[in-house]
Amino acid sequence: MSRVVLVGVSHHRAPVELRERAALDLTESAKLARTLAGESGEAVCLSTCNRTELYLADDDAEEAERRGEAALVTLEEELRPALYRLQDEAAALHLFRVAAGLDSMVPGEGEILGQVRSAYEVGATGPILDRLFRQALHAGRKARTETAIGESPASISSAAAALAEQVFGGLRGRRILVVGAGKVGDLAARNLLTRGAEIAWIANRTADRADRLARDLGGEAMALERVGEQLAAVDVLVSSTSAPGWILERADVEHALRARRGKPLLLIDLAVPRDLDPSIHELDGCYLYDIDDLQAVVAETLAGRRREAERAEAIVAGEAERFREWQASLDVVPAIASLRARAEEIRRAELERAKLTVSERRAAESVTTAVLNKLLHLPTIRMKQAAAAADGVIYADAVRHLFGLEDER
Amino acid sequence: MAELLFWPALFAYGEAAVAYWGEARRPGLAGHLATWGVRIGWLVQTALLAVQAARSDGFPWTTWAGSLNLFVWLVVGAYLIWGCQARFRMLGLAVLPLAAVLLALAHAGGGTATHDNGGYSTAFLVLHVGFVLIAFAGFTVAAGLSLLYLWQERRLKRREATILRVRVPGLARLDELAARTIALAVPALSLGIAVGIARLRDRGGGIDALMIVTLLTWVVYGVYLALRYGVGIRGRRAAYLVLAGFVLVAIARLALPMTHFS
Repeated sequence: MSRVVLVGVSHHRAPVELRERAALDLTESAKLARTLAGESGEAVCLSTCNRTELYLADDDAEEAERRGEAALVTLEEELRPALYRLQDEAAALHLFRVAAGLDSMVPGEGEILGQVRSAYEVGATGPILDRLFRQALHAGRKARTETAIGESPASISSAAAALAEQVFGGLRGRRILVVGAGKVGDLAARNLLTRGAEIAWIANRTADRADRLARDLGGEAMALERVGEQLAAVDVLVSSTSAPGWILERADVEHALRARRGKPLLLIDLAVPRDLDPSIHELDGCYLYDIDDLQAVVAETLAGRRREAERAEAIVAGEAERFREWQASLDVVPAIASLRARAEEIRRAELERAKLTVSERRAAESVTTAVLNKLLHLPTIRMKQAAAAADGVIYADAVRHLFGLEDER
Repeated sequence: MAELLFWPALFAYGEAAVAYWGEARRPGLAGHLATWGVRIGWLVQTALLAVQAARSDGFPWTTWAGSLNLFVWLVVGAYLIWGCQARFRMLGLAVLPLAAVLLALAHAGGGTATHDNGGYSTAFLVLHVGFVLIAFAGFTVAAGLSLLYLWQERRLKRREATILRVRVPGLARLDELAARTIALAVPALSLGIAVGIARLRDRGGGIDALMIVTLLTWVVYGVYLALRYGVGIRGRRAAYLVLAGFVLVAIARLALPMTHFS
């Protein structure tokens, strides 16, 4: 029977300096998978920023493990002490946990499922790894749909976007004013953009940086001094400058709120020291969140993800058990196939001997096929069940002996 | 038969109310249980109303209990338009306990019994009571939306770290939906009142407390619409105004047995 072997290195045991030397892009992954699979084997290379893992399916597990180890050590000799090796059910459970985001630094992170799919698509797969990866993708999707593990934001910028949705519902067509053209503001703006918001203005002390970001994200660049003037025309303001004092004071916002006629305004202050006067939050219809507020939200959602991870663990464990049962059933598949072939051979031979008209033959075909299927149904089910309980080989041998199938092995 | 249907409907609404409370504490399975409780309860109540209608040879609103029963059915029906969406589940926390309590009150106030009320013609009942009940159901749902708005607004103002744990519709969306619901309910109430006044002029009779409360309700929601779409009042103040109107709706519903059905 083909065994599943996993050899890999991940963020649990190897720092980024080591992992980056073993990182493979999709083309390299595909090439390595083909090399490792050889003529008749199967291999998939999964390489993400947190791990590089080689999944192999081969009749000789030890030999496959040696090949996988050698391939990784060739990439970087220092990886050897950080390598881990798993087989069969344990390897399957590991892959299912990876696909569900349970092995990630941030539990439930969404990118990993796509990375598993890409690795599978470029891998050299056969019946074993094909089944393993399809089931891993199913387990990953199931964990995400049946638990809330991937729902809550895991970063400050995504928390800011999720908060905007709490204020406005959908963000389609909501106008954003980005104050400060640095990396922090850029990330927050991109998160809002992916949820349908539109960047209206980008204000920065230096005009060319604002222009550059405006070309990239959309919207118009403007001077920092004009922020108060445009406030009435936007729904969300994201500020992240390095200014030493307030960029916006309470009076500026009060003036804008009057013009907004009761429409809510969300202000996100990601700067340290803060850009926005904290008393703005006291104004009716105005919601100001600073970096500490957002960090508290992220910490809470991560705790929530960890709680959901317990439920997701049960889901992937169930899927791993299903894979184990399927893999074990492969032990008895040749015996079942031989038994059915022998029965079919006898049925056909007996029908040939009978002198029947065309219509009688048709009826006899139908009846004997039905009898055969009904007769073999229960033994087939029982043998598969026995295989799942590790008695499969005994049952398979007994069937071969009882029906004289030894020569067909 | 009607009695047999009444208890499952009440049980389903009660289960949904409890499940919504569970959903607020820990989102997930409780939300699904609540949604199914509402759906099943509403279907059973629909059957109950059909049985009552068949038994009394007309709509079962000639009694206070029947009218309240129909009102609950309309409220839950209006809620189901959005309530099945995951983001609107928390609206059920405002609507379903109320529905369960009102249905229980309907039982206490006469249950599924029907009697002929010769003072009301069928056409008058269909137009007057039908429009008024539809409007009141709309105001009740709008009050639920406004309550949800105030709850969500309070969480945002307090910068609760758990703000993303229980997802509810955005403030702007809740505000907009409440306004739209009222914009549909006010014309219905206007029609109901117009039919009532026409009948009053035709047959004579005095103005009672219920009529005054209903007219006041119409004024409050009329003012709300004028302020919302004319002046642009939104947010917390608009939500309080909707709830003030709902107090009048509640009085009208509870005042009914003391006037019309006494």
